Amino acid sequence: MDTQTITMREALNQAMREEMERDERVFLIGEEVGEYNGAYKVSQGLLERFGPRRVVDTPIAEASFCGLGVGAAMTGLRPIVEFMSFNFALVAFDQIINNAAKTLYMSGGQFPIPMVMRGPGGPAAQVSAQHSSVLDSMFAYTPGLKVVVPSTAYDAKGLLKSAVRDNNPVIFIENELLYGVSGEVPTAEYTLPIGQAVVRAEGSDVTVIAHSRMNYFIVQALEQFRAEGIQIELIDPRTIKPLDVETLARSVAKTHRAVIVEEGYRFAGVGAQIADDVYSRCFDDLDAPIARVTHTENPLPYAKNLEAASLPGIAQVVEACKAVLYRL
Amino acid sequence: MASLVAAPRKKPDAKPDELKTLTAGSLTRRQKQALDELGREKLVEMYRRMFLIRSFEQRCEQMYQQRKIGGFLHLYMGEEALGVGMLSAIQPDDYVVTSYRDHGIALALGLSPNVLMAELFGRVTGVSRGKGGSMHFFSKEKNLLGGHGIVAGQIPIGLGAAFTARYLESERVSLTFLGDGAVQQGTFHESLNMASLWNLPAIFIIENNQYGMGTAINRASAVTDFTLKAQGYNMEGVTVDGMNLLDCYAAMADAVAKRRKHPAPLLIEAKTYRYRGHSISDPATYRKKEEIERYQKVDPIQQVKSLLSELGWLSEADAKQLEKDVRQEVIEAVNFADRSEEPPLAERDLHVLAD
Amino acid sequence: MAILLTMPSLSPTMETGVITRWMKKVGDFIGVGEVLAEIETDKAVMEYEMPDEGYVRELLVPTGQELQVGTPIAILAASLEEDIAGAKAQAAGNGGAAPAAPAAPKAAAPAPVAPVAAAAAVPTAAHAAVQMATPAVALRSAPPPAATPAPAPSNGRERVRISPYARKLAREANLDLAALQGSGPGGRIVAKDVQSALSGGAAAARPAAGAVAGAPMPLAQPVPGGPAFEDVPLSMMRKAIARKMAESKTTVPHFQLTRKIRAEALLDGREALKAHFPALKITVNDVIVKACAAALRQHPTVNSQFLGDKVRRFHTVDVAVAVGTDDGLITPIVRNADQKGLAQISAELKALAVKARDKKLAPEDYTGGTFTVSNLGMYGVTEFNAIINTPQACILAVSGVVTEPVVENGALAVGRTMNMTLSSDHRVVDGVTAAQFMDTLARMLENPLAMLL
Repeated sequence: MDTQTITMREALNQAMREEMERDERVFLIGEEVGEYNGAYKVSQGLLERFGPRRVVDTPIAEASFCGLGVGAAMTGLRPIVEFMSFNFALVAFDQIINNAAKTLYMSGGQFPIPMVMRGPGGPAAQVSAQHSSVLDSMFAYTPGLKVVVPSTAYDAKGLLKSAVRDNNPVIFIENELLYGVSGEVPTAEYTLPIGQAVVRAEGSDVTVIAHSRMNYFIVQALEQFRAEGIQIELIDPRTIKPLDVETLARSVAKTHRAVIVEEGYRFAGVGAQIADDVYSRCFDDLDAPIARVTHTENPLPYAKNLEAASLPGIAQVVEACKAVLYRL
Repeated sequence: MASLVAAPRKKPDAKPDELKTLTAGSLTRRQKQALDELGREKLVEMYRRMFLIRSFEQRCEQMYQQRKIGGFLHLYMGEEALGVGMLSAIQPDDYVVTSYRDHGIALALGLSPNVLMAELFGRVTGVSRGKGGSMHFFSKEKNLLGGHGIVAGQIPIGLGAAFTARYLESERVSLTFLGDGAVQQGTFHESLNMASLWNLPAIFIIENNQYGMGTAINRASAVTDFTLKAQGYNMEGVTVDGMNLLDCYAAMADAVAKRRKHPAPLLIEAKTYRYRGHSISDPATYRKKEEIERYQKVDPIQQVKSLLSELGWLSEADAKQLEKDVRQEVIEAVNFADRSEEPPLAERDLHVLAD
Repeated sequence: MAILLTMPSLSPTMETGVITRWMKKVGDFIGVGEVLAEIETDKAVMEYEMPDEGYVRELLVPTGQELQVGTPIAILAASLEEDIAGAKAQAAGNGGAAPAAPAAPKAAAPAPVAPVAAAAAVPTAAHAAVQMATPAVALRSAPPPAATPAPAPSNGRERVRISPYARKLAREANLDLAALQGSGPGGRIVAKDVQSALSGGAAAARPAAGAVAGAPMPLAQPVPGGPAFEDVPLSMMRKAIARKMAESKTTVPHFQLTRKIRAEALLDGREALKAHFPALKITVNDVIVKACAAALRQHPTVNSQFLGDKVRRFHTVDVAVAVGTDDGLITPIVRNADQKGLAQISAELKALAVKARDKKLAPEDYTGGTFTVSNLGMYGVTEFNAIINTPQACILAVSGVVTEPVVENGALAVGRTMNMTLSSDHRVVDGVTAAQFMDTLARMLENPLAMLL
């Protein structure tokens, strides 16, 4: 199979370009997606290729351009709504939760909402509290939404294409710090199913479950685990909702231990849900309580040292693995 | 520090405008033209629909009292001319979205009282399969994009439908109904701005019934002439008498005639009045009885009835028969709802996600 | 027709109302939208408007009295002459004017009125609303004083701290937990402790009485001077089987009927399949499951369950197959077996058997079948009865093929036969129904082509 090495930014761009070529009903709308070529250059060149009818620059009005997407989806189009940052999606929360997620149900199945809401989420580097929210659990909480959190160029492209073709509202949270990370991607067209986890590294001692950037930095640190004599099995759920519990349970039944790493908060975070699923499915298989590594319970501070001390680091992940292995 | 109260402004009823009523002898040129456009048959049908809305909602109140209907119930009574007049001027493939006060809009669009009453009863035969209730009438068939429960939440949806109309170069228009309370929300301003920026065929209709829940507009809005808002977004704005069927019809007929070929937004402020409280449990003690009576003197349904009689288009006997038939139709809707099944439990998990 | 008016519910939380003023008197005409009375609710004084027109014929209650929603208050009729006896009787049947019990002074703070008091007059939905508004049981806002001390361990020993996985390992190896030393936090026994005990590492570990760690022994060696028996603790599975079988046998009215079939066609057919499709490894049992599924489709009564007040007939045919494991019996299910080909049924059964043996069956693999097949043919059993796998209605006991004298066209010959016994729940299935099912099944197995019909 022929492959190309491209960044996640390019992978997302290819996914949108291919889907817009494929389906006239698909359009991109958001702040700075057109003439500026995207605040993070994810939509580079799309205006030039598709014109202002299908690549729509908006005023700074997240609630209404997101709601516009809902209305357009109800009337036969397939919008991709870009939030320049998912922090700004908070302004559109009513439209996402009350309109995008609930309309199909409230209408007794009459109006599906085929719509993607995408953009970067999660802490970047020293952008402080209001630009560093991790919102995946807030969206995943609401029935009617799918939540996708890719961590590689390959996943980003295949999953975004599936999201565009999905007949439901899909929250697609990219990670700003991963936009520039390169990976192998097939040159031929492909899609990846939403709701399927992937085992990034096989191991027998402990199952480590991590998504988005957390997954990426653990992959980078696999050598460190080997040096500690710990064989981790690293699983990236790739989709928060629906969650591939099957793959997680299969792994925990083998390793008898689980560590969940997330960039969000501990309280009611995604990991709380994953832990609940694992406990329910694998209670008799567990040899230790599930350990979680999370953001500490504070708004993310600006100061570099405090920022680092608030976010999960590899040392904490190693420590958590040792704890569940009773090696502390 | 002085307590925060709205600066004294002209109260809507401090020096009430004279409320006009339709009489055959004093029709304006446009009203006469509207009569020609509509003709007898259509006008009688419009009268029937207004009367249907009134009867339907009176029966709803009773069914609520008997606990056949639960939850919230926001009634449209008093505003019938607005919905029926405007929706009689559009095409079946135009888009319509509204707030939770949606019974009148749904009936004006021609939805059967059976499926609406069944929805209110929480039956699977309801227009939204019993899963929406009073505030959430949706109909794919009639392009009714919903009744929506969050004040102003529906405005971007209407904007999106207008976007689709323009995107597909379809000559359709999108009608967004909203209350005067919604004008103070952010999405109103954002959506008007975008509709104007992109020349979308979006018609925003403020059903100004003068109260946002219990708060009179002069206590909630720094300006009470809402057409001023249109100027701020460089779009046309018009005011119509929302109690007057012919004016409501004419305003919408003129609006869509221009906009199908040359898409552009429009803001219509229709001054109207709701006879009931904000919802069923609101006795509306914040209004004076005289104020209600003043509007009831220009009751939109009575206006049309007497016009029809003056024109010789509907005899007293025919009117009586029509009213009797409509009341019977509503009773049959109640029977239909009563006979209908509750949604099967499997319905609970259906339509959370689409295939 | 006369209309009986009842105390309306004028707000979502209204439970009782007081008529403060009648706006009409007996004999008055009232039009649609006119006000009959002013009613004081829990929220406000509201006007009660009429959705129907008519003459006020009776006012059934006085003003000032607190009444439950639904209490008859007035009778309307189309004329002053119309007979209203029916409406009156209806009002009387409704308990007449039912004052809210107990008729508390109106001005007093509304005590939480027990909603059941007006059960006759208030529709059920109203109860739900009322209970939501005023919970019958006050929520405790603080822990009860003088918390009771934690109960002392009943066996006089501390609860064993052990991880779930270690507990599972110990149970499988029949290890006595009390003998294990925990190395985890707070002395928690973890998997490592069990494993090292099993490999003989920890001297302290000893097997539970009478059992030997490691492989199960086929025969316990009598220990000189030891007791003449051993007590084997019940596994979870054994407990479940014990409970379920006892319940089925003692509460379900079983009856059995047995049918002997000629097995030549079945065995020859299977040999032919084996020869042509060796990879498929079709077994006799696979064919029987397939035949049962096809026969169940034709006899829906057999494919049902008795549910106390109704019989549930299934639209799907999900055949459970009894599989013996070291721990006991389990019945994994071939879903929609009537819609599956023999190859698929065979493959699924093989996979399920492996999962059963490895204890990897998920609950959805073995719950919810509509019929069960139990086959002991391979153990040389020639006839047996099975206990119904409740709540299913029937179970088929399949015995082994026997070569025996048969009468063919009036002459004695050597034939191969097989007995099948159906146990049925007589509350659902009658004798004739069971017999007809067995007849269909027999014809299919004696002429497997019939399954294609």
